Amino acid sequence: MIEKYDLHIKPLGDSALVVQFGKDVSEETHEKVMNFIQAIESNPFKGFLEAVPTYNTVTVFYNPLLVFHSYPKQHSVFETVYERVQNYATQHGEYVKEASNIVEIPVLYGGEFGPDLDLIAHRNQLRTEEVIQIHSERDYLVYMIGFAPGFPYVGGMDERIEAPRKENPRKSIPAGSVGIAGKQTGIYPFESPGGWQIIGRTPAELFLPERNPPTLIQPGDRLRFVPIDAEEYMKQLGGRKDDDQN
Amino acid sequence: MTIKIKHPGVQATIQDFGRIGAQKYGIVVSGAMDKMSLRIGNILVHNVEHEAGIEVMFYGTTFECTEDLLIAITGGDLQPEMDGNAVPMWRPIFMKEGSTLTFKGPKSGLLAYVAIAGGIDVPEEIGSKSTFSKARIGGYKGRALQTGDELAVGLLSDTQDKVMQSLQKLHTHPTWYVNATKVFAGKKSEKIRVLKGSEYELFSEKSQTAFTTGTYTLTPQADRMGYTFSGDALRLSTWEELLSEGVTYGTIQVPASGKPIVLMAERQTTGGYPRIGQVISADLPKLAQLQPNSQVTFEIVSIEEAEKELFRLEDFIEELKLGIYLKTTTGGMTQ
Repeated sequence: MIEKYDLHIKPLGDSALVVQFGKDVSEETHEKVMNFIQAIESNPFKGFLEAVPTYNTVTVFYNPLLVFHSYPKQHSVFETVYERVQNYATQHGEYVKEASNIVEIPVLYGGEFGPDLDLIAHRNQLRTEEVIQIHSERDYLVYMIGFAPGFPYVGGMDERIEAPRKENPRKSIPAGSVGIAGKQTGIYPFESPGGWQIIGRTPAELFLPERNPPTLIQPGDRLRFVPIDAEEYMKQLGGRKDDDQN
Repeated sequence: MTIKIKHPGVQATIQDFGRIGAQKYGIVVSGAMDKMSLRIGNILVHNVEHEAGIEVMFYGTTFECTEDLLIAITGGDLQPEMDGNAVPMWRPIFMKEGSTLTFKGPKSGLLAYVAIAGGIDVPEEIGSKSTFSKARIGGYKGRALQTGDELAVGLLSDTQDKVMQSLQKLHTHPTWYVNATKVFAGKKSEKIRVLKGSEYELFSEKSQTAFTTGTYTLTPQADRMGYTFSGDALRLSTWEELLSEGVTYGTIQVPASGKPIVLMAERQTTGGYPRIGQVISADLPKLAQLQPNSQVTFEIVSIEEAEKELFRLEDFIEELKLGIYLKTTTGGMTQ
């Protein structure tokens, strides 16, 4: 690991590296991350493939052969990319913060759609209604999309409803499941295996491959979970299916 | 030209080099598990190197062609047969209209690739033809191949047409072939070289020793997303919940079960489990080709060595391209 300018840059194998902007989840760190992404995407180095933001890091993917043939010989391709990346991180302009787009996510909490809701309530000595209220009463900043297409990672969840990941990930979690893992909350866009504690399910579609960008939620958006009942859930799910047919 | 799937076998999917550029939306890269083998196959049939081919896993995949094809079969030796006769791998093959190709099962390795001159004519979705079944995009209708599927093949270039004609006139398969042991040897036990992962130092000393000196066995929990290994359990000195971070092909994550999971081609874009290691790019083909119950040891190398190995493989490919070009275009097909 190399430390300069309070930056941590470390290799992720021989074709990617990770730039860490801090250890915390904060809006300030998020702005540094977005700043960096904007700087590198608007003026990419030769061999740059893509940059992937997370809460406090950006993973920079590159083609080592292109880098090798594009820049004067250095000790290693990693060091060449390291030098370039350091420049983006220290010489970028100000990230222009746009007004957050609020995305409402309807959720049917508990029951068979939220099998871990009781566990989270019990663990945190709350009633299930309180867990639902705490989870849905604030807006969440979307720091990153990851794990699966359109899966939003949001920050700012209330500590009172924290819970660790499952020791053994479930083999299958249904699409639309809303979960908690540590201090994070999120939504599974597809049926998939996963280790999050599941508290509810949304009828909304998160992955929209025919659109560009192909996801409902973008980094920088604010999410608002809206509790709905089973009837409303079925109505919205039914409406969605009708849309698909037209 | 058309390929008719008569039986999908265990799993057959259309794969190219994967989706690059949309990981920030969580779009999984996917693509061929053993890109080197697909790449060599494409070179053998004069396709662009990243053209999509068919990735055959394990056994049973069977298809018929309704027009003459120029193909190459590379990757693991899944004992391919054409109309009941063994068909050699790692060389261009003329597949006559009405012929049937099938895979009996692994003699070595796990994944075979069928590269087809002209490429497979399916649309690119989010920049790639690779099948990503979970999101139902890419490949044939966004899913693995099924009985009755018909795949169109793209137009052949003049060179491809000439190569196919000269093979047809031979009435036999070429005797020369690509010696791919530099890519992988299809052994039951392999040494896999890794870089230290981001959280390597957080693991207990005992676990670090186990990881670098112990033997790990590939469990049946192995698919295009990840390979789970069993062996001495790997533990952090003190358990920590980590923030999710970017991961890539070959990232070795360790969930609380202590069993290392190596992320493969269809991995997620980010992960939250501690990473003990990262398989070097040059060793990804032999990792991908491991059969369940194969044994591996992990050896830590430096980033410089990882890069050197990658460039060595690249030199091998460059030599190969020249050799194959000469063999297939200057009348040296049979030598």
